[in-house]
Amino acid sequence: MKYALYYKSKKVFINTLIHIFLISVAITCLYPLLWMIVSSLKTQDIIFKDISLIPQQLHFENYANALREEGFGRSFVNSIFYTSVSVFSVVIIASLAGFAFSRLRFLGRTVLFYMFMAAMMIPIPASFVPLYFLLNKLHLRDTPAGYILCMISVGLSVSIFLFKTFFDKIPRELEDVARIDGCSKMGIWWHVALPLAKPVLAVVIVLNALNVWNEYILALIIFDSRKFMPLQVALQIFQGEFVTNYPLLMAGLTIAALPIIIVYLLMQKYIIKGITSGAVFG
Amino acid sequence: MWFKHALVCAFVLFSVLGCSEKRIDTKPTINIWHWMTDRDPAFQELAKKYEVLTGVRVNFELYAPSEAYSQKIRAAAQGMNLPDIFGILGEKRDFVSFIKAGHILDLTPYMEANANNWKNNFFPKALAVNEFAPGNSYGINPGIFGAPIDIMTIQMVYNKKLFSQLGFDPNRPPKTMQEFLDMGAKIKAAGMQGLVSGWGEVWMIDCLANNYAFNIMGEDKVLATIRGEVPYTDPDWIKVFDIFKQMNDSGVLAQGIVTMINKSAEQLFANEKAVFAFNGSWCVNVYKGMNPHLEYGVMLPPQASSEHPMAIWGGAGSSFMVNAHSRNKEEAVKFLTWLTDQDQQVYLAQVTNNLPANKSSLSKIPEILAQFAREMDYATHPNVWGNSEFSLVIEAFDYGIQSIIIGEKTPEQVAIDVQKIKERELAKKR
Amino acid sequence: MKIKDTLENYVFVLPAVAIFSIFYIIPFIWVFRLGLFDWDGISFTKTFVGLQNFKEIFLQDRNWWQAMWNASYITLIALTLQNIFAFMLALACDREIRMKNFYRVIFFIPPVLSEIVVGMVWRFIINDIEGANIINRLLAGAGFPNLMHHWLSDPKTVLTTVAAVHCWKGFGWGFLIFLAGLQTIPHQLYESAQVDGANAWQLLKKITIPLMIPVMVLVAILTVLGSMQAFALILGLVGGEFAGHTSVPVLRILSSMRGSSPRFGYACAQGISFGMILVIISFIQYRFSNKGQ
Repeated sequence: MKYALYYKSKKVFINTLIHIFLISVAITCLYPLLWMIVSSLKTQDIIFKDISLIPQQLHFENYANALREEGFGRSFVNSIFYTSVSVFSVVIIASLAGFAFSRLRFLGRTVLFYMFMAAMMIPIPASFVPLYFLLNKLHLRDTPAGYILCMISVGLSVSIFLFKTFFDKIPRELEDVARIDGCSKMGIWWHVALPLAKPVLAVVIVLNALNVWNEYILALIIFDSRKFMPLQVALQIFQGEFVTNYPLLMAGLTIAALPIIIVYLLMQKYIIKGITSGAVFG
Repeated sequence: MWFKHALVCAFVLFSVLGCSEKRIDTKPTINIWHWMTDRDPAFQELAKKYEVLTGVRVNFELYAPSEAYSQKIRAAAQGMNLPDIFGILGEKRDFVSFIKAGHILDLTPYMEANANNWKNNFFPKALAVNEFAPGNSYGINPGIFGAPIDIMTIQMVYNKKLFSQLGFDPNRPPKTMQEFLDMGAKIKAAGMQGLVSGWGEVWMIDCLANNYAFNIMGEDKVLATIRGEVPYTDPDWIKVFDIFKQMNDSGVLAQGIVTMINKSAEQLFANEKAVFAFNGSWCVNVYKGMNPHLEYGVMLPPQASSEHPMAIWGGAGSSFMVNAHSRNKEEAVKFLTWLTDQDQQVYLAQVTNNLPANKSSLSKIPEILAQFAREMDYATHPNVWGNSEFSLVIEAFDYGIQSIIIGEKTPEQVAIDVQKIKERELAKKR
Repeated sequence: MKIKDTLENYVFVLPAVAIFSIFYIIPFIWVFRLGLFDWDGISFTKTFVGLQNFKEIFLQDRNWWQAMWNASYITLIALTLQNIFAFMLALACDREIRMKNFYRVIFFIPPVLSEIVVGMVWRFIINDIEGANIINRLLAGAGFPNLMHHWLSDPKTVLTTVAAVHCWKGFGWGFLIFLAGLQTIPHQLYESAQVDGANAWQLLKKITIPLMIPVMVLVAILTVLGSMQAFALILGLVGGEFAGHTSVPVLRILSSMRGSSPRFGYACAQGISFGMILVIISFIQYRFSNKGQ
């Protein structure tokens, strides 16, 4: 009886400590988000004067102004399009390759895998101009297809690496069961590996979505027409060379952060326990 | 491979010829690329006006930030995809490379037509930035290769209200370095911040240091240094470096100015947290947005020596260049002539609070902006010096001054470091 | 049959290899080739200089190595502090605790935030004249007034301060991947160990950490990549390279590409050298971990 009480109070104590730790981290994470949202509801002349997190007046018209800004809506739709197509393609292509690197034997497997790994490392600034030439030669410059292909290629390496690491952890017994049931390799990839890799699938989706969503330099270089520009380019214009309209910028940034937060909220549900364990030992 | 190229060329040639025949009666569209986010709405307005007036469609395309824009025009130049009119960001050598590669049309004949009609519209200092004199060191045929659309100067501004609070005369800003330094102690005692500026983004340090170099040793000696004839270890240069030490010691510099971003510096000055700011004339528009009631005046940086006149950076703010390969060259030049005409310049100045490049528009602009323009006589700019310093030397120079302000190096040490880099670069060239 | 089987295996990697060869390898070769030239990025004429650019980078360019050192410092802090921190948070959120889902969502806010906001907010938090000076006030409040400091304008503390903000911005990724990794450890392993009388610490040491090693390597390599290439945050916090105290390789490459005498060829050579160094580091990490398993 005494022991139980001891254990219980110890557990409560530890849990409280953990919660204090978690809450203090959570506050530092929430503060900038709140600051951004609150700033988006202020006006230019008070945004740096009145620094409180509770504004006196709420200027929702900043959002209306941001949305009304020429090209904002269209670039928003463009970004959704680029992001969903690239992410979908990366998930399929990278999981196929990751599966192959993890489970299949073929000549050059190690070399190819190291090649993809090495490719993650070369920094991008110097490679924009060559990429421009390449797209120019392929007649893909100033086309959404060219941009999407580049974004897929940028996301591939890291995604393959992620998939391979997690596929390695899937018990082989499951595969064997599926093979005995008459599943082809493609079938194993689709019916066994992918469903079991839901947590990493979620990570890959979030990672690539964020990358594509935030990209603007390549878009600016290869697109000439305004009609193709993604959302981040519109936000750069809000930021301005000399004059920044901060409330408008913050409203734009808040709008831009929303879809990514939604993607994350949807995806983090798949990072849950019990998928593998039940299947393996059950 | 060459066969394919030839085929493509032939195809392009045919389509060009085919089009140009048809184009005789239909008006062309002029495409313009630029990076000036604050001026874009005004440009769009003007484009509409021009279309109504002439039937020529003008299509302004904005690409920001400027860093990415300059990569874009480089890539486009390599791929021969430049628009009819574009702006070039960067320094004289960039400009020279574009001209040498044959991308930029020489505007001299148009400027000088009808007894210099177009040329005479501009402030000579604004044109000078785009001009190449006979026998210039860059090896470019003499001529004018761009039309300035606005001008700028970089000077100091001071807060009149804080001046009164500190017991200074708000209509008498400091004239000499000594006066300026003396104010430092008082500002510090009052718990205020002195001078703010974006010295984290080093180029504004470079600008002020050059101002003082002109003031202390005169233009000729500065240019001789760039040519490599005077070393940076010369006592006059050490005096220039020493000014930053003196300013720092006197407390007239704001805390943390070495890692300050210009946008933060502007917030501080606009919100009356700093007494002085060192900033370009674009700040008028910035301060107006952040604090419409800010009372401030413009002043030349206080002079450190009476031997040579004080200098400030100024001249063309932004310019437009015409693509030499463009099919619409003539139309493009016509549009630029119209854009730099008095009425359009007044409109641009009023809407965007930039200084007009057209002399005759100056009388119709806001007072504080006119103050920036008044000191135009003192203006100079690295792009008109006829020689450019190596970027590695500029970098060592600017970082050296940052080191002086944080007390890491003495002015003498910095002079030696900079001279070392200079000699290495000179040796490389030989 | 055997051949058909192998060919089928290639089908899995074919799309990846195809896209990759066209959109990565070709530009890469291009960049490498440009690294052998002295070229301003605009003119149609380039001067072939052989390996001269690489020689200059490795033997003469002191600023480059200073930048490499700075980036390594940030990376080292991120590898240790940020990842341990992320792992602890992931462990905490993997337990059956209240508000688990709330924390999971909140901890991923920093990676989602724009660099503009992060730079502005942290300048505001840290800086004493532009901002609220919160860090110093907390220090004074906690009884350490002598630790109050101009964190961002003192060369001695600026890099550590930048590294700390960088870790804050990046820990969400480590957290997310660790969390995903923890999900793949079967419950039953813990349950049977608990039956054998193992305590929490033993469970962690004997089951969690060994099984998580591949994921840790993954996170470590991603951290190296992210931290070595960080630069936007530095521009947002201190505006530039602060007399070399905050210069990093990517800022060096960018500065070679602009300035009064742009050296595009040199920038390409810098990019390639930088990439090579990263490849070697990651490769060592990877091999090391493979042996560890």
